[in-house]
Amino acid sequence: MTASTPELTQESRSAAFIFIFKKALISAFVAFVLFSLMIGIRTEAGPTGQLVYWTRFEDLATIVAIVFGGSIVIELLRRWWGPAPTARTLPPFVQRAASVARRTLPPLLLIFALLVPVVFYDQRYVIDTGIQVLTYVMLGWGLNVVVGLAGLLDLGYVAFYAVGAYSYALLATNFGLSFWVCLPLAGMLAACWGVMLGFPVLRLRGDYLAIVTLAFGEIIRLVIINWQSLTGGPNGVSGIPRPTFFGIPLTPGDEGLAARLGIEFSPTQRVVFLFYIILALALLTNWVAIRLRRLPIGRAWEALREDEVACRALGINTTTTKLTAFATGATFGGFAGAFFATRQGFISPESFTFQESALVLAIVVLGGLGSQFGVALAALTLIGGFELFRGFDQYRMIVFGMAMVLLMIWRPRGLVGHRAPTVFLKHSQAISSELTSEGRG
Amino acid sequence: MSGDIILSVDRLTMRFGGVVAVNDLSFAAERRKITALIGPNGAGKTTVFNCITGFYKPTSGAIRLTHDDGRGIQLDRLNDFRISKQARVARTFQNVRLFPGMTALENLMVAQHNALMLASGFTFLGLIGAPSFRKAEKHAIERATHWLDRIGLLGRADEAAGNLAYGDQRRLEIARAMCTEPALLCLDEPAAGLNARESSGLSELLLSIRDQGTSILLIEHDMSVVMEISDHIAVMDYGVKISEGAPREIRDDPKVIAAYLGVQDDEVAAVEQELGR
Repeated sequence: MTASTPELTQESRSAAFIFIFKKALISAFVAFVLFSLMIGIRTEAGPTGQLVYWTRFEDLATIVAIVFGGSIVIELLRRWWGPAPTARTLPPFVQRAASVARRTLPPLLLIFALLVPVVFYDQRYVIDTGIQVLTYVMLGWGLNVVVGLAGLLDLGYVAFYAVGAYSYALLATNFGLSFWVCLPLAGMLAACWGVMLGFPVLRLRGDYLAIVTLAFGEIIRLVIINWQSLTGGPNGVSGIPRPTFFGIPLTPGDEGLAARLGIEFSPTQRVVFLFYIILALALLTNWVAIRLRRLPIGRAWEALREDEVACRALGINTTTTKLTAFATGATFGGFAGAFFATRQGFISPESFTFQESALVLAIVVLGGLGSQFGVALAALTLIGGFELFRGFDQYRMIVFGMAMVLLMIWRPRGLVGHRAPTVFLKHSQAISSELTSEGRG
Repeated sequence: MSGDIILSVDRLTMRFGGVVAVNDLSFAAERRKITALIGPNGAGKTTVFNCITGFYKPTSGAIRLTHDDGRGIQLDRLNDFRISKQARVARTFQNVRLFPGMTALENLMVAQHNALMLASGFTFLGLIGAPSFRKAEKHAIERATHWLDRIGLLGRADEAAGNLAYGDQRRLEIARAMCTEPALLCLDEPAAGLNARESSGLSELLLSIRDQGTSILLIEHDMSVVMEISDHIAVMDYGVKISEGAPREIRDDPKVIAAYLGVQDDEVAAVEQELGR
């Protein structure tokens, strides 16, 4: 297919017209076949259980016509725009603007995050959404170590989230341990599970690894559902204690923080407190991840993603390198899980379905594998977007599906699709993501 | 062959199912010398390399490495990354295997992983930014800079390895192997795909590496490179050694010529006449 040029001859014009018409016809035919049963005929169970059906040929005709017209419009637009531009062909001023945005946006976003509870103090809904977004930012940063840096496709990340949440919930409700004691414990337990998952899957690569991690996520969830005596099964664990401020609870009584400070108690104070906890946890995750990336272990992770055979030839122990990646990612998942438990006060296996893993993975992929800022941006867009489109209700998934498809067409390597070197001699040059590999296991 | 032996391969056999890739092969490489392993395509040279560097476990036979201090290591009993880490045998690959998405400098830093890992206290000292680690990292960067300078890529240190020209990538892979401070450097067809000028540059580089004290084992097709720099040559065909000796002897060996031209020994004279020798 060639882009149209001003000096189109009559012949090529008619050839293009025939092509567009043909394509529209084929699209309309495919739509007709697909929707003829789905929309053309409506079946329902009648009052006595018999099959009742009626036809909706008008609707079917409308849909097919829309597809026919839409196909022509899309094809014309495509001709008008020419071939889809790639990152290389962006004009220089756009690239300069992008690089300025990359430098200034992260600090601005951080300042904004710090100010959210102050600005929106009387809008609890906004702060709650902020907590939600930050939780996913943290999960995304944690998974980014495994998927983005080490190139190990992990579809069962929610398992570590669940381990962290249940660790805190069970330790707190059974032994009365406080959140701040349980937080590192939850991280450590999740790391143990990360290593346990890591061992059997060390030999697997790519798709096979993904399937096993997917199964691992499901196993954890099923164990939680069925181990009634410990986890309460589908009923979950309730009455999980809230975090305290250096031992002072944020409650309305005389012992509460508000009473001690001599200010009036408001439930928002606790939400604000939770907001800053998750912000601190997320920033810790970010700091550790950025730091690790510049250490030998982080470089080994990235080298592992690029070429495992070459790593072995250089004397890098790929076994421990993979296990540390799994353990590091799992630790942050565990932290986030413990926070989730203390925020909700109630957890059940329903919160740890595959959908959560898929969502976190989508955030990492959308943000750009290995990019910290991209992941934060993607979490903000996805989770924040979910809330924003709540009004659209049933159409929100369609909008999201469309948005993701479009994004993947324009930016197949994610929002921030380049890699910054970990060390440089003269000046740091961003490396185009076309060169970096996605990891094959 | 006499002298100080660094690597001795003794009755090495490697079978893949019913296929015998290497059959009862014995040869040795001298310390601070360049030993070449040549032979027609499919002779089993790369298989021998993979056995030496631990990517294959030999069916039978022994591979022994002797270090400067007389310490001997059975390479056939080590596997995987330990060959490079403990026995200090480094290798390059027939088809270049750099880390394409990392810069040239980063590639050389990854090669110093084990030393840096130790210096970073297995990450914990590094995480808190201990001065001892910073010093070790600075040292590692200096070593990388030194090698980049030697292969003429200092100006492109911060560019992605995947963006470098093919000849530069080949040299960078050798530099990366040298950054592991090997006692024995194994090169799998380093001159493949290089033009004449690049190959002569490569010969100079390999000679300077040898003169510095690293022994080199080399698989190569480019006879001009092999004949120019090798101190000793072993020739393989169909998994067995058919000849061994100094470059001059190999060049005139009718068996070697026969193997390369694909004819029986007794037809060599006739074929040579036909080719006008």
